Amino acid sequence: MSATAPEPTAVQTAPALELRDLEVAYRVRGVWREVLRGVTLSIARNEAYGLVGESGCGKSTAAFAALRYLPRNGRVMSGSILVDGEDLLSMNESQVRQLRVSKVSMVYQNPTAALNPSIRIGDQVAEVYALADGGSDGSDERAREMLSKVQIADPASVMRRYPHQLSGGMNQRVVIAMALATNPSLLILDEPTTGLDATVEGEVLDLIKTLREEFETSLLFITHNLGVMAKMCERMGVLYAGRLVEEGPVADVFDRPSHPYTVGLLRCIPRGGVRKDKETLDTIPGFLPQLGADLPACVFADRCGLAEDICRQQEPPFHRVSEGHCSRCHFYDRAHTLPRTTGAPPVLGESARQEPVLQARGVQKTFHQEGHAIHALNDVEFALKEGETLGLVGESGSGKTTLARLLIGLSPPDEGSVVELDGAQLAPTVSKRERDQVRALQIVFQNPDSALNRRFSIHRILGRALTMLTGQRGEEREEHLRQLAHSVRFDVRLIGARPAQLSGGLKQRVAIARAFAGDPRIVVCDEPTSALDVSVQAAILNLLVELQAKQKVAYLFISHDLGVVRYLSDRIAVLYLGRLMELGPADQVFESPQHPYTEALASAVPTAEGTERERIRLVGEIPSAASPPSGCVFHTRCPRYIGDVCKTEEPELKEVEPGHFWRCHYSAEQLRELQKTPPKPRV
Amino acid sequence: MTRFIAKRLGLGLITLWLLSVLVFFGTQVLPGDVARRILGPFASPSAVTALNKQLGTDKSVFVQYLNWITGLFHGDLGTSVATRTSVSSIVFPALWHSAKLAILAFIIVVPLGILGGVLAALYEGRFRDRLISVGGLSATTVPEFVWSVVFILVFALWLGILPSTATAPPGSGFLTQIEYLVLPALCLVFVLFGYIARMARAGTIESLEADYTRTAVIKGLPYRTVVRRHVLRNSLLPTIAVVATQAGYLIGGLVAIELVFNYQGIGQVLYRAAIQKDFPVLQSAVLIVGVVYLVATLLADLAYSLLNPRIRFESSS
Repeated sequence: MSATAPEPTAVQTAPALELRDLEVAYRVRGVWREVLRGVTLSIARNEAYGLVGESGCGKSTAAFAALRYLPRNGRVMSGSILVDGEDLLSMNESQVRQLRVSKVSMVYQNPTAALNPSIRIGDQVAEVYALADGGSDGSDERAREMLSKVQIADPASVMRRYPHQLSGGMNQRVVIAMALATNPSLLILDEPTTGLDATVEGEVLDLIKTLREEFETSLLFITHNLGVMAKMCERMGVLYAGRLVEEGPVADVFDRPSHPYTVGLLRCIPRGGVRKDKETLDTIPGFLPQLGADLPACVFADRCGLAEDICRQQEPPFHRVSEGHCSRCHFYDRAHTLPRTTGAPPVLGESARQEPVLQARGVQKTFHQEGHAIHALNDVEFALKEGETLGLVGESGSGKTTLARLLIGLSPPDEGSVVELDGAQLAPTVSKRERDQVRALQIVFQNPDSALNRRFSIHRILGRALTMLTGQRGEEREEHLRQLAHSVRFDVRLIGARPAQLSGGLKQRVAIARAFAGDPRIVVCDEPTSALDVSVQAAILNLLVELQAKQKVAYLFISHDLGVVRYLSDRIAVLYLGRLMELGPADQVFESPQHPYTEALASAVPTAEGTERERIRLVGEIPSAASPPSGCVFHTRCPRYIGDVCKTEEPELKEVEPGHFWRCHYSAEQLRELQKTPPKPRV
Repeated sequence: MTRFIAKRLGLGLITLWLLSVLVFFGTQVLPGDVARRILGPFASPSAVTALNKQLGTDKSVFVQYLNWITGLFHGDLGTSVATRTSVSSIVFPALWHSAKLAILAFIIVVPLGILGGVLAALYEGRFRDRLISVGGLSATTVPEFVWSVVFILVFALWLGILPSTATAPPGSGFLTQIEYLVLPALCLVFVLFGYIARMARAGTIESLEADYTRTAVIKGLPYRTVVRRHVLRNSLLPTIAVVATQAGYLIGGLVAIELVFNYQGIGQVLYRAAIQKDFPVLQSAVLIVGVVYLVATLLADLAYSLLNPRIRFESSS
């Protein structure tokens, strides 16, 4: 369909999407509450426009408004929405439908849920063609073509499958294929890579970039990830409390953020290899206002370090910072002087003790499923010193969480695995461990919602933890509980609340407090900030660092966000198919020479600087742990593949530099030389 | 898939065996001597002994149980102590009667219940939804024998358009038989409608709110197509499973309705056998109802897994 050259018409000159003074409200408990408070923005043809902001700012509402798809309790109160110059709000139902068929498409955050679980992939894609042409002649054939365009290797077999049989990344390709099937003029992407692995995210983003050029589609890209934004978009808008507070070319906004909110957002993320001992992350104080709350003249005034009386009395106009770059702040020219909210980093002294707190040797874990043995962990070995952070990275399915569960004693390792705490072998399950061992080794989970009992008050959750771990009761326990709440900066006045009444950040503080109830020596953090907004994430990371400095606790920190891992970790371990591929000091792991797998992982991460090294493509998906490849398990995807030796011989974990280990046939010198240039793509 | 079926069948057989033990020994606990009960208080002790010997009830319970089970495997359900005819000749015609009533009720209530539930879901929170949900629930809470009496009063006695019994005269044609079965079937419809509609409504609402439905709408599909192709397919899965389990109840659990309408179904047979302490009939009838329940649930599970690709593929891979 891209063969037919578009004829130039008057409509062609109109922007792909234009929102004018758009106000949208949701009716909650009988009251209309404003979500979008007069948003004006325009996306030119062929332009990629990014929208950032914390959750609850109205990003998704703006996106769905462009499709005139609002929840039943939502309504456009005033303003207008124009797609290709056509007014969406004056259309009737069938015109809106036609618009969705031909002009605007969408890609969603959770691709597996976005596909119908009981219809074959092929039928779901073909449906779009059948709809566009009114008949289904050849729609199967065209669906197959489209699927190969989104780089699905075997479209015919994928078409016969159901969504649950495909990986998240594969499903997202299918959704993208459906969205681009009718060559829309506007493609809306709502957090399309959130929840995908770094390598998969990189591939999906590359794919969107390529297809966008091929299809000449405009993008409205919604993300909370500033790195993704920098990579994908030309222009961006920052949304806060339903109002566009800053807008401009991405490079300009990143270079010279001119609204305190943008400045705050950029300071929240660990960038440019900054580490915990050099700099604390800045946070944005306070909370996002409630939906429909009464706000001061400048919506950000209550959380702004630069706010003066004028900000509460007079609404700031859209000041022009430079060509195309505007900021809705009275003090736009000194937004970058926004005072920091956090002080100097705490002093993280080197531990005097040389012997490790935790030592793991030859750790194996085999699951048995329908007669197959699945080796989830294979010969994992590492040591953790007092007050040290070991970052653990790898794609989903690499065994990160299995390792965490095994250390905590939630699932026993195979016979022969050695896990020692202070030199004493730990019992395989938590119920068989001494109380002192249990309190010494604690965990913080990814999702505080499911980790905290929703029927208990915070007081009861922490009180129980204290009693279980320390045996304290009565007044002694009350005193300790208050100290504990204080140490995680949890407002003691909220102690009677239940988890559902708290924000995500506060819940995670409670989960951290619970882990720290018994003065642990080691805390396993399993993606503790992945579900949180960047400003909340920064506050939680600061808290973890502060607790570490105070209590000399060691962390095993699991995260798919390499920036976060790098910020927090002293050393980093890279897992692939249950094997340790690389282990070394954080800075060395991120610099050349590095293991080819780490090289590929790191290259896939878009950075907020926008300066990105060429992404290394990994061929295919992570193989099944039930039948791992022979030799080096990474050889099937390795960009630095040598030859038969990789297929036949599994490399040892060898020390290539002092304290720096990897599992590769190459030596440090060879890889240092090779990694000066990106690898050639493998066929 | 075959493994799944084999497993379910195996479990079913164990359940049936447990049921047979339970029903057999359960009836033995009841006081009284079988022959004495049949012959009455004035029969001579020698006649009682003779009859016990003839019935096999003089032997130990275990031997009696073994004899019964062995008979079952040979297709011999035993002899009714009350009528002295074979149990098969009592139980199987009754089962057929029950099945006819159940099928008729099913044909009416399943489409009606699903339609009602889907409509309620599409108009969630509005008048139509309230009418269907509240109406259906109210009808369900009224016991079926109350409905039977009400319907007989209204349709048979007052309007006089339908017969008050369910048993058609011998030799009646198909339509006449249906005419006689309409009232009892209607009672069942009233009892089951709310239940099925509620399941269908819940499933449809869940499916309407799902992300894939949003995808379908944003694709630009007409609302009807969205509902038909994307919503119903997923929403009716749990409903179908629930509906099929009701088949067991419909065939085996209609004692009250069959009594009120004087219909010779398996419920009535069970009731009479219990009253007359006709244990061979009681035991076999209970076991047959058990078989019906098991087959119904098995079919329900099969239907569910055939319709749901997630289950189908997990069991086959």
